[in-house]
This record gives sequence, structure tokens and C-alpha cells, in this order.
Amino acid sequence: MTIDAPAWRDLPRRPVDAVALEARAKELATRSIKAASQAAAHELTIRCMDLTTLEGSDTAGRVRGLCTRARLPDPEDPECPPVAAVCVYPSLVSTAVEALAGSTVKVASVAGAFPSGQSSLELRLGDIRAAVADGADEIDIVMNRGAFLAGDTDTVVAEIAAAKAACGAAHLKTILEVGELGSYEAIRWASMLAMAAGSDVIKTSTGKIGAAATPPIALCMAEAIREYGDLTGASIGLKLAGGIRTAKQASHYLVIVNETLGTSWLHPDRFRFGASGLLNDVIAQRRFRATGRYTRFSDLPVD
Amino acid sequence: MNDRSAEPEPLAAAQTFAGYAPAPESTSIVTLADRYDLWIGGEWRPPSEGRWFPTVNPASGEPIAEIAEGSAPDIDAAVAAARAAFDGPWAATSPSQRSRILFRIARLLQERAREFAVLESLDGGKPIRESRDVDVPLAAAHFFYHAGWADKLDWAFGGGVHARPVGVVGQIIPWNFPLLMAAWKLAPALAAGNTVVLKPAETTSLTALLLVEVLREAGLPAGVVNIVTGGGDAGAALAAHPGVDKIAFTGSTEVGRSIRRATAATGARLTLELGGKSAHVIYDDAPLDQAVEGAVQGIWFNQGHVCCAGSRLLVQESIADAFTERLVARMQRLRVGDPLDKNTDIGAINSGAQLARITELCEIAESEGARRVQTTAALPDRGWFFPPTIFTGVDTSHRIAVEEVFGPVLAVMTFRTPQEAIAKANSTPYGLAAGVWTSDGARILWTAERLRAGVVWANTYNQFDPASPFGGMRASGFGREGGRQGLDAYVNLEAAS
Amino acid sequence: MNEMKTYKLYVGGAFVRSESGRVTSVTSVTSDDGEVLARVATASRKDLRDAVVAARGAQPAWASATPYLRGQILYRVAEMLDGRRTSAADELVRSGWSKADAAVEVDAAIDTWVWWAGWADKLTQVLGSVNPVAGPFLNVSTPEPVGVVGVVAADRPLADLAGVLAPVLCGGNTAVVLASAAHPLAALSFAEVLATSDVPGGVANVLWGDVGELAPWLADHADVDAIDVSGAPDGLRCDLVERSAGNLKRCAATSGLRRPQTAGEFLDLKTVWHPARV
Repeated sequence: MTIDAPAWRDLPRRPVDAVALEARAKELATRSIKAASQAAAHELTIRCMDLTTLEGSDTAGRVRGLCTRARLPDPEDPECPPVAAVCVYPSLVSTAVEALAGSTVKVASVAGAFPSGQSSLELRLGDIRAAVADGADEIDIVMNRGAFLAGDTDTVVAEIAAAKAACGAAHLKTILEVGELGSYEAIRWASMLAMAAGSDVIKTSTGKIGAAATPPIALCMAEAIREYGDLTGASIGLKLAGGIRTAKQASHYLVIVNETLGTSWLHPDRFRFGASGLLNDVIAQRRFRATGRYTRFSDLPVD
Repeated sequence: MNDRSAEPEPLAAAQTFAGYAPAPESTSIVTLADRYDLWIGGEWRPPSEGRWFPTVNPASGEPIAEIAEGSAPDIDAAVAAARAAFDGPWAATSPSQRSRILFRIARLLQERAREFAVLESLDGGKPIRESRDVDVPLAAAHFFYHAGWADKLDWAFGGGVHARPVGVVGQIIPWNFPLLMAAWKLAPALAAGNTVVLKPAETTSLTALLLVEVLREAGLPAGVVNIVTGGGDAGAALAAHPGVDKIAFTGSTEVGRSIRRATAATGARLTLELGGKSAHVIYDDAPLDQAVEGAVQGIWFNQGHVCCAGSRLLVQESIADAFTERLVARMQRLRVGDPLDKNTDIGAINSGAQLARITELCEIAESEGARRVQTTAALPDRGWFFPPTIFTGVDTSHRIAVEEVFGPVLAVMTFRTPQEAIAKANSTPYGLAAGVWTSDGARILWTAERLRAGVVWANTYNQFDPASPFGGMRASGFGREGGRQGLDAYVNLEAAS
Repeated sequence: MNEMKTYKLYVGGAFVRSESGRVTSVTSVTSDDGEVLARVATASRKDLRDAVVAARGAQPAWASATPYLRGQILYRVAEMLDGRRTSAADELVRSGWSKADAAVEVDAAIDTWVWWAGWADKLTQVLGSVNPVAGPFLNVSTPEPVGVVGVVAADRPLADLAGVLAPVLCGGNTAVVLASAAHPLAALSFAEVLATSDVPGGVANVLWGDVGELAPWLADHADVDAIDVSGAPDGLRCDLVERSAGNLKRCAATSGLRRPQTAGEFLDLKTVWHPARV
């Protein structure tokens, strides 16, 4: 099949200086988040979290358990807000939809031959349509890195545009798999292409390869979002995934988003963490704030 | 299709988070004396004229201790003590012992880093983030780097010469990086086997005086370093002292000239690190977001109290508006306030006098027709503060484009071609530093070669390292500090027999 | 009887009389009757001003010539002086030197020009450095010429002059030389060597006159970037250094010491940082 690629040639392909980018990310990490701001960081981290399970061993039972956790992240604290979404494979979307009925928690599904994306476009689009038909609110796809690295930009953009069309009303998150792109400059360019192609959110990683989100990568993508917004008026979301395990790491990312894109980006419509282990660390920190005592991690729910 | 420009209802938690609750560094680690004497010959001595003056926390305007006001007789005593130490215990200290003492100083500084950082911010007004992450670690690094040179000096100068210490060195340092400038001066001087009379800046003596504890603990013999606090008179007495073999000065070009004249009479060797009006050139192919950060680092590091501040921003005309817009947006994010708050980006202006000068130069800039843009957040209601400021519409003949402000004030100008960028960048009597941003390698080299400055930061700005020589051309002074070449100033070369 | 030559100043690659019209007669020190050996154009402050203009004009091209070329040109100076060895020595003898001393003087000067010729393409390597900073940067220090250097040469008209002028030129500076008052003939004859040695006009300018009168103008001149006061008497030296404060000239009294640091007195180190990371 052939699809027309949306216009991308007018977009600026900016050089990125790695050392200065990393220095800025490091500087932002020195923000000291204390007191009320720290409590707010914990709340935002939960509210912006895609609680994720993407294992071959996933079952309906496991997904239902995760959905329960998503609605009520801390069994000891009914005030604790729910997470933003549960993220599962397409085969488990209907289970999640059922389990989350009546809640604000969205159902997200990876689709399109996740995580490599290495199958025919028809199959990938079919995967998306099926997940959407089963009730997924959000679809996480992978960008065609092979085409990107080969310089076949039209294909990269056309495929994402086709995925967007297949999503219908569902939100499209495009995973760049930053660890395979080789440089910040490539990450920034891939971000621009994914946005031009219609993505609602650009996302760092699948979590299936070693390299994933880092503060400078988050900053780099946030800067791309900012520039795309300046050019088009669109407010594209950012999702960071892979390796984010502690509340403190998360609050550094919140600082990066806040100071690069603005406070309005600290919202689940515009910012997400894709994580699983992160939730319990945030809950542990919240309990410490509430009680003044450190938590035994084995007392926390097992997802 | 969903709407990608939808504006979600803001979350209360987002607002709370983004306000960054105060995160003050505790000052309990610092123990201040009510009054400080002069450190001469290994003992604290009251000033000969019996006068002390208050040192003030610029963030509150309140005095925090009294500092001895040294004068000519104290300089005499300090030079005599330094001479005695040079001829005596320091001459008897082997190069390898010198090396070990310097290593120890570095270690002790690292161990007491937090104490020094808090005191630096308290006395000088700089944000704790900078004193903690830049000033103190770099000060320790300077001692560490130079420690290794102490017993390897001859290797620094090629063949056929022996490096001998110069003798008694007078060092006069500024208020913008009080501890770091003391380290820049002391470390190479001591490594090369000299003894020192150090004159700290009037408004920022405390970290130099705290350093005495470190020097003693490290085992530096009495009289090797002497510290005479005070005002310009003490500095002038030191600069003109016939018993001093070498003067090293960092400060204003005006004072530098008077020191040049004073040392002409005494024959003392001299190095000067003076003012600047450094150009920061942004080409249209620069990595823009990083270049914006570079401009921020260039002018708002340490409230712009930086001799090498990139205070003249030269932006290629084709991107000037877009770049300035981004820079202004970034400027608005700078947090001005309590220097001891870990989230403060811009601390206090060092003194009332400096605040008055900055204020005046900005008023002149406006009256000459430049357009002022400033941060809109409220400033603290006491102490000396000045908002980060950008002037656009600046012409090369405006005073704001020519005079060193030594404050958080950036003059933005434009250029059309690389040749014009160089011509404008070099159109200054100064030559301390310059910056250039472009992603074209050949253009970097072409530009760096032509910028008339002792330090050129290409795709970066305000980087410092003890291994990297620092110092100016033309009216920004002469001599280098740091690196192998920085040792030149502290040795006399003799032909090897 | 010899022709009584008028020695001229060497400015901007040309031999000129003083704009002031001043001429000094140089008498033989060997004859009792005060025989006039030659007449010498005697520089005024305006000649000095013109020489600085010439030096400034020639400086960018000289600095941007390859070090290889500068080295070849300095070596050419040695070659040309060698070719005039006999006449240069004779001139010294006529000024009162012994034959042996004159020969030593000429040899020493030739040797010094050769020595510095070999430094032109090495100074950067020896005085510069790649600096191991604690960060992801390439950090390189290279010496660059300060620009125009004023030289007050010491007494020996060929060797001392070579000792202070060659290191200045070697690094890419241009020079305005106040030749030794004692021996104008040899110094100005040497300018003829410069003129025939591929040294571009204006790169080296040689003036002769009253050092006490001229040197303060040199030290005060805002377009002179450095001075070597090696040849200034003690009383004058302090005055020159004081005056240098106006534009913060680099001041040195190198005495022509043979070490790369002598050239380094007239070089400013430039340190360039560049990030190295993708």
C-alpha cells in the first residue's frame, strides 16, 4: 500500500550540542524539590503514570490486578489519585477496558508489532485497529527506525500518519526508541517527524532494549516539542519510559518538563511516565511524608 | 480526530510543584567570629591602626562580622614575614613536601566544601548552587592540579632551564569569586615555592580567612601565606612594596593600570587579569536551544559578576528575533532571590555600590535608545538585587555595548556576515574571552582564530579548569592562570648548567 | 677616499630620510681629526609614528603567513647577512671595533638569526598545549602574536639587535626597532639586509635617533602592543614601563636570551574550548 506523507520538509532539522544539552539537564537536576512541591511531585507522578505490563507471560488475571492498582494505587490511602492509564498488549485491551470501567483510568495498548515494528504495514495497522476496536483509548506504536536510519523519511512519516488514521479517536503515542538512534540530533529530528506525522505524544522507548529515557533525552525531546509548538500551535505530549524507578528521578523529569515546556505540561494529557516499579517508590515516599517513618518495601502491594 | 492544541484544565498540584517551595541550605555549619584579625607570620594580629570594618550579607544588607582594616605597616609586617618564610622554612621544605601540603589543602577543602560554600554565599551573595557546584570544587581542583607540579617544575619549561621561585608574591583578588580566586593565585605560587601576601577584596574576606584553618591543618609553615584584609589602601601598599618580587592582580582595568605604574618603580614582575566586554557570537546554524543556554551561562552566571561574562551578544540577523525571543522566555524562568536557597539562579548583587553602578549603566542605556527587557518576578524586599536584563536595539557606540557592567545585563546586537561578526566582536579594547556558536567546524576554527581573546569558548561558555590557561589579551591584562603556562608567572628561569 | 654615505631609516620597506630633516654626522673613532664617516638620518617622533603605522599594516599578513614561510624568511636574513659578512665586519672596524671582535659580532648575529629561523614552526608546539580538562572538551592553547612590538635594542648593533628582533618576528609580530644609539651604521646597514631578505615591507622597521627622546613615544603609543626595553638604560626603563600602563602593553627586557620563552614574551596564549560528544 502507499500513503502520502504529511509535509515534513519545511521543518527545521536542528543540530544539537550534546555537551551543552547534558549540562542543562544536569543543572535542572539540581533543583531541590522540598515540602509542598515534593508532595505535589508525588501526586503528579502518579497522575501522569502509565502503569505498564508488557510481558509474554501477561494474563487476564495479572492485568485485572494491575487495573485495581491503577484505580487505587495505595490501599492505605483512599485519597491517593489514580494513575493516568494502564498499558498492555492488544490481546488484553478488552480485559483492561472491563476492569477500568467507570474510572478515569485510560486503557493504552502497544500495537503495531511492538517492540521492533518489523512486520508489514498492513499487519501493524490491523493490530492498531483491533486494539482500538477493543476499546483502547491510546495506542503506543514504534517508529520505523530502519527507515529512519536508512534516510527514508517519507516512509517514516507516512507510516506514522497511517497509524494515526487507524487510531481514529484514540490518541497516538509514537515511540522513537531513542536508544537505537545514535545521537541527540537524530532524536530531535525523529521527534519533529513524529509530530509532523500526527502523533499526539512522542515517547522515548519501548523499555525492551537497555538504553531508555535519560534526563538529556527528555530535555531534547521537550525542546523539539516546544519548537514544534512555536511553529504550529500544537501542544504535543511527552512520554518517558524505561529505567525510571524512583520518585526522585521522576521529580527531576517533572522539573525538565516544567522549565522547558511550562507548567501546563504537568498534566496527564501532555505528560506521561511509562513505568511499573516507579509507583511503589512514590507510594513509599508518600507514606514517609505522611508518617515520618520509612517504609518496608515488602509491605507495598505486588503488581 | 482529537485536537492537538486542546488546553487541559490545569492541575493544582502542577502549580504547587512549579512554585518550588523554599529549599534553604542550613547555615548552621558555619561558625562566624564577631571579629577577624590579620593573618601574618602564622598568627592572628590586630590591625596596626586598630580599625575594623563590617562585612555585610548582600542578601540582607546586615553586617555579619568585622574585618580588620589592614594598612601599610601591616603590609610591611606581612611582607617581612613572607620573606622570612621564603628564606627559612619554605626554602627548607622539599618540592615533594610542598606537593604533599598542596594535596592536603585540596583534600581538606573537599571535606569542608559545604562550609566554604555556605560562607561564600553568605558573604558574597552568590547562589549556593554555584558556590557548591562551581566555586568550591574548582578551588579544590586548583590545589590538586598544582600539587602535582610542585616537584616537576623543570619539566614545565622545555629544556635547558631550571625553574626557581620568584620570591615574595603579592596577590590582590576580587570579590566575585573570593575563594576560587584565592585558590587560582595561591596554588601555583605555592607549588613553585613562593611565599605570599594575599589581599582579599574588601567585601568578601571571610572564605580567605577560613582558608587559614585549612592551610594550618595541612601543615603549611608559618609565614608562607599571609592575609591582610582591608580596602584599596592596603592593596596599593602591597602593589608598591619594594620587598615584593611579583604582583598578581585580578580586578578592574583601572586599578590594573595603577598597579602597572607602581610595579614599574619596584621592578616587581606582574600579571594582570582585568576587565572584559566579551563578545558571544551566535551564527544562524547554531544548535539554537543550547546556544540560548550558552547565552544564559554567559551573562547570568554569578549575577554577571564575571570578568569574562559574555556581555555582548552578537546574533546573526537572520535569527536575531527568534533567538532573542527564546532568550527572553528563558530569562523569565530565572529565579532571583535568597542566595542560600538551592533553587536560586540569581543571587544578590555583591554591594550597594555595584548595584548603583549597574542601575546607572542601565539608565544610560535606555536614555541612549536601547530597549530594556527584564524579568517580571518580584525581587526580595531587602538586600541588593537586580533583575536579569536584556537590552535590544543596541548599537556599537552605545555605552552598554562598550563598558563593563559587571552585572546581569546583556547587550544584544546583530551581524550579517562572519566578517562583520569578527569586526564587531573585536571592536573593544578588551580581550579576555569570547564565545561562538555554530555547527560548522570550519567556521568554528575560522572564528576562533580571529576572535581577539585569551579564551574562546566554542559551543560552550564559562567553562573553567585548572589545566586550562585563563587570561586576557590587550586591556584585559597579561599572564595566564592555570595550566602549564600559568606556572610562568611564578618562576624565574635560570639556564641549566 | 670613501663616498660619505647617508644612512637612512628603514620604514615600511623603504629607506627614508627623517620627516624632520634631521641628520647626524658620525665621526670616525679611529682618526684624531674627527673625520666624518657617514651621515645618518635621525628619527623624530613622527618617523616613529609612521613606523608604527607601517608595522600595523604589515602585521596581519605576517601573522597569517605560515610558520614555515616565516622560518624560511628568517633564515634568508641569516643567509643575506652571511653574504655581507665582510662588508658588515668592515663597517664595524671603521666604527672602531677590532677585526676579531667585528668578526665575532657578525658571526653571532648570523647564528642568532639561524637559531630563531628554526623556531618559527615550533613555538606553537613548545609553548602551546592540549589541556586535559575534567570534562568532555577538546581544550587547546596556542600562542598568538600580540601584534606590533616596540624594541629598544641594546648596544651591540648586530648580535643584540638579532637577539631581540628575531624572536619578535619569529612569532608573527611586526616590529619597530630603536637601534642602539652607539652604532647606527651597522644597524642601518643591517636594515639593508632585511630589505633584501624577503621580509615584507613594514614587518621590521629600524629607526635610529635619540632613544631618550623616542622611546617614551613608543611606550605611550596606543597602537603598540608590547615593548622590549632590553636596550633602555635603567633610568629610562622604569619610565617606559610606567608609560606602558596606558594600553597595558606587555613589557619585557629579554636581553635576547636564547630560549623559546623569549619569543613567548610577545605571544598571547589563546585557549579554545570545544565540546566533543554526540
